[in-house]
Amino acid sequence: MEKLMAALKAQIVEQLNLQEVKPEDIGDDQPLFKDGLGLDSIDALEIIVLLQQHYGIRIANPEQGPEIFRSVRTIAEFITAHQTPK
Amino acid sequence: MYKGEAYITGACVIRNNRVDRDGVLLLETPQEQELTDFLRAGYDQFSGQYPKFHKMDPLSKLGWLAAEVLLKDAPLNNYPPESVGLILANKSASLDTDLRYFETVKDIASPALFVYTLANIVMGEISIRHGFKGENAFFTTDAFDPGFIAGYINQLFLENAVSACLCGWVEVMGPVYEVIMYKVELTSEKGLVFNADNLQKAGSI
Repeated sequence: MEKLMAALKAQIVEQLNLQEVKPEDIGDDQPLFKDGLGLDSIDALEIIVLLQQHYGIRIANPEQGPEIFRSVRTIAEFITAHQTPK
Repeated sequence: MYKGEAYITGACVIRNNRVDRDGVLLLETPQEQELTDFLRAGYDQFSGQYPKFHKMDPLSKLGWLAAEVLLKDAPLNNYPPESVGLILANKSASLDTDLRYFETVKDIASPALFVYTLANIVMGEISIRHGFKGENAFFTTDAFDPGFIAGYINQLFLENAVSACLCGWVEVMGPVYEVIMYKVELTSEKGLVFNADNLQKAGSI
């Protein structure tokens, strides 16, 4: 889980072009939106693309988004639960 | 009542890896530096503390940066937000970003690029930054036409639609770019009288 969260942080910084944020600055449980990291709705769409490109995961139910995207840890848990073993 | 007496109170020109304001060189980087890096240098020098800049497309970055240069030391705070307009033009509309977006469609379409596939988004970015809520329009023409810009804005002044505006030319296509942006105000008596000839003069570096 720690390794996955570290990878996710680096991928989020790159995919979302967060040039003034370092991956290590993002807390495992830090809220990603609003007062947390300050991401917006377009960023949420980019994270959906990230999950599809890097992990082959599609989010079937968009209403789950706020719960899944709450923090890096919740995204990592979602990936762990849904990634098909290779 | 507007009697044809508005003033050009600032002019910013960005081209050839240079940023000039009112004829004074403010930033120059090596000619071989790519646009992305030049824009980052401009952001670091004139702004900072606005992370959304990094997500913008080159067209929005160029327009946003020129507005930053013009308003940094002399903002339009004395005007109601509804009376500050934005009138811009260019040759390539958003084609530079449209092509980048089209490339992503072949795989997974990029939402971050899609939102910049309209030329007038640059005015939205400037408005969000400075709180402007006035009349705005973005025109596509073959070349910068000071006569057209002056005529359109004079009409806005005549109709009391705006009391001040940012206007001019914001063009980018690949590595080729040029910004000539002006700040025009009704109530100031500093600067050149606002007309096509003086737009040409103020934008000549």
